Amino acid sequence: MLHKITHILDKAGLAWISPVVRLCAGENPREQGRQIFRLIGVPLIAILLFLGAWAVIAPKVETNVGTLPGPAAVWEQAGGLWQDHRAERERRAEFYAAQEQRRAAFEERFPDREWTAREYSGRPTYIHQIVTSLKTVFMGFFFASAFAIPIGIICGMSKTVYTAVNPLIQIFKPVSPLAWLPIVMILVAALYTTDNPMFERAFLSSAIVVALCSLWPTLINTAVGVASIDKDHLNVARVLKLSWHTKVIKIIIPSSLPYIFTGLRLSLGVGWMVLIAAEMLAQNPGLGKFVWDMYQSSSSQTLSLILVAVFTIGLLGFLLDRIMLTLQQLVTFDESSV
Amino acid sequence: MDPTLLDDYKRPFLELSQLGKTYPTPRGPAVILKDLNLRIRKGEFIALIGHSGCGKSTALSMIAGLNSVTEGVMIMDGKEIDGPGPDRGVVFQSPCLLPWMTAFENVMLGVNQVYFHVSRRERRTIAEHYLQRVGLGDAMHKRATDLSNGMKQRVGIARAFALDPKMLLLDEPFGMLDQLTKYELQDVLLGLWGKDQKTALMVTHDVDEAIFLADRVVMMTNGPAAKVGDILEIDYPRPRDRHALLADANYYRYREHLIGFLENCELEKEKIAREKAENAASKKAKEPTLV
Repeated sequence: MLHKITHILDKAGLAWISPVVRLCAGENPREQGRQIFRLIGVPLIAILLFLGAWAVIAPKVETNVGTLPGPAAVWEQAGGLWQDHRAERERRAEFYAAQEQRRAAFEERFPDREWTAREYSGRPTYIHQIVTSLKTVFMGFFFASAFAIPIGIICGMSKTVYTAVNPLIQIFKPVSPLAWLPIVMILVAALYTTDNPMFERAFLSSAIVVALCSLWPTLINTAVGVASIDKDHLNVARVLKLSWHTKVIKIIIPSSLPYIFTGLRLSLGVGWMVLIAAEMLAQNPGLGKFVWDMYQSSSSQTLSLILVAVFTIGLLGFLLDRIMLTLQQLVTFDESSV
Repeated sequence: MDPTLLDDYKRPFLELSQLGKTYPTPRGPAVILKDLNLRIRKGEFIALIGHSGCGKSTALSMIAGLNSVTEGVMIMDGKEIDGPGPDRGVVFQSPCLLPWMTAFENVMLGVNQVYFHVSRRERRTIAEHYLQRVGLGDAMHKRATDLSNGMKQRVGIARAFALDPKMLLLDEPFGMLDQLTKYELQDVLLGLWGKDQKTALMVTHDVDEAIFLADRVVMMTNGPAAKVGDILEIDYPRPRDRHALLADANYYRYREHLIGFLENCELEKEKIAREKAENAASKKAKEPTLV
C-alpha cells in the first residue's frame, strides 16, 4: 500500500511528498526527517534567499516608472488582479440577472415579439487572459502534434524520406517565432475569410506560429524513436507478415511512445515560450498582450504587473511540463526487463 | 531400406543446397557459410550444433527469411523460400515479446494474422489453448514485462506453435535459462512437437539438449566458410525419458562423438591460427634480407 502511494507520487513528479507519507506511516523518523529536509527544506531555503535578495536589491534600482518592485509589491498586484477578476465576474452576473428580469418583463408585455439577448461586453480580466493563452498554446500544440507525429513516423521508417526531409527540418528548426508571425498573419488574413469565423484571426495566427516553432522536437524524437525500435520486434512483424497498418499500430507506435512523449513534452515547453512573443505581436488577448499593454501604459504599477505575468508564465510552464512528464512516465514501459 | 523413407529422401521437406552467405566488409568479403547442404524429412527434429560464431544462427535466420541468401537455394515443401512468413514459426533466443502487451495479446498478434478467416472467439480459444499447453493458463493475462525469463520463452513457444506453421525454427531458445527451467521447457517443447508433428530445426550449443531432443544432430564446421561437417543419427524411441537416456550406454557414445567433433574443430582452428602466425613470422624473418 505504502509502496503503491509512493510509486504513484514518483510517477506524478511529486517524489518530494513521499518522505512525508512515509513519516506518517511511521517509517524510520530520522531517515525520513533527513529526506524531508533534503527534498523540501533545501529548495524552500533557496526560494527564501532569492526573495530576500530581490527585496534588498529591487528598491535600489531606479527606472523612469519608479523603483523596481519587491516581492511584496508584486504579491499585492497579484491579489489586485484576482480581486479585479472577481469584481468583473460579479458585474457580469449582475448584468445577466438584470437582463433576465428585463426579458421576463418584455415577454409579459409583448408575448408575440422576439426578444434579442445581448452578450456582456466587459473587458477580459487577467484570468481570462490566462485561459486564452492556454487555449492558444494547446491549439498550436495540437496542430504541431497532428503534423509532426505522422511525419516523424514516416521519417523513422524510411531512411530515404528522412534524408529528404532532414535538410528542411534543419533549416526551419532555428527560425524565430517573430520571423514566422508576419507571414502567418498575412496568410491567415488572406486565406481565412469566412463571414462567421470560428476563431479570431489573432488567435489562429498565434496558434499556427506556436505550431510552427514547436513541432520540431516531436518530429525529431518520433523519427529517432521509430528508427531505434528493437530489431527483434520488427522481426516478429516480418515473421508474422503483419500488414503495414497493423505493424504501425501494434508495434511501431507503442514501442516509440516513450520517445514521442519526450518530444511532445519538449514541444509544449517550446510552444509555451514562443506563445508570449506571438501574442505580443499578433495582439491575441492572452498573457503576451497583457505584458505588452502594461508596457505601453507605463504607470507606476507597470513593473509589478509585468512581474506578476512573468511568475504566472513560469508557474504555468512548470505545471504543463509536470503534466507531460507524468504522461511520459505512464507510457514508458520497462524495456530492460524484456 | 523402407521405400517410403527413400521417397522422403528424394523429396525432402526442406532442402538446403549449396547455401552460402557472404557479408561485404571493408577488408573484403567475409564468407560465413559456403556450400551448406542439408535435407530434412517431414516431421523430423534436427539439432544444429557448432561453435559459437560458426554461422549456425545465420543459417537459421536465412531459412526464416530474415536474412538474405548470397548463394544457393532453399526449398521448403516444394517451394523456394523467399522472405519471411508465418508458415515458419520462429522462437528467438531472446523471447522477443512485445513488452506493452500481455502474454495472451502477444500470442493473439500471430493468431489474428494466420486465422483471419475464423471468428474472434475461435481465435481466442486457439491462443488460450496453446498458452495452457505451455503451462501459462493462469498467467496469460500478465504483462510480458511481469513474466520471468522462463515464462517469456514459454510464451515464445506458444506464439510459434499457435501459428500452426509447417516448420519450427528455434534459435538457441533455452540459452539464457537455468538448467531446471531448461529441462522443463524442453519437455514442454517435446510435448507440443510430439502432438503436432512439426518439422523442427533447432540451433543449440548444448550437446545434451541436442541428443535429448533431436532425431539427427547436424554438426557444423568452424567458420569462415562453415558447412555441414558431420551428421549423427540419434536412435532413441519417442517419447523419450531423460533418466532412461542418461542410464543408456549409447548415450555416452553419442556424447563422445559430438564433443569429439567440436574439439576437433577447435584443434583445427588452432592449427590454422598457428600456421598463419608462423607464416607471418617467417615473412617477417625474411624481410630484412629483402631490404
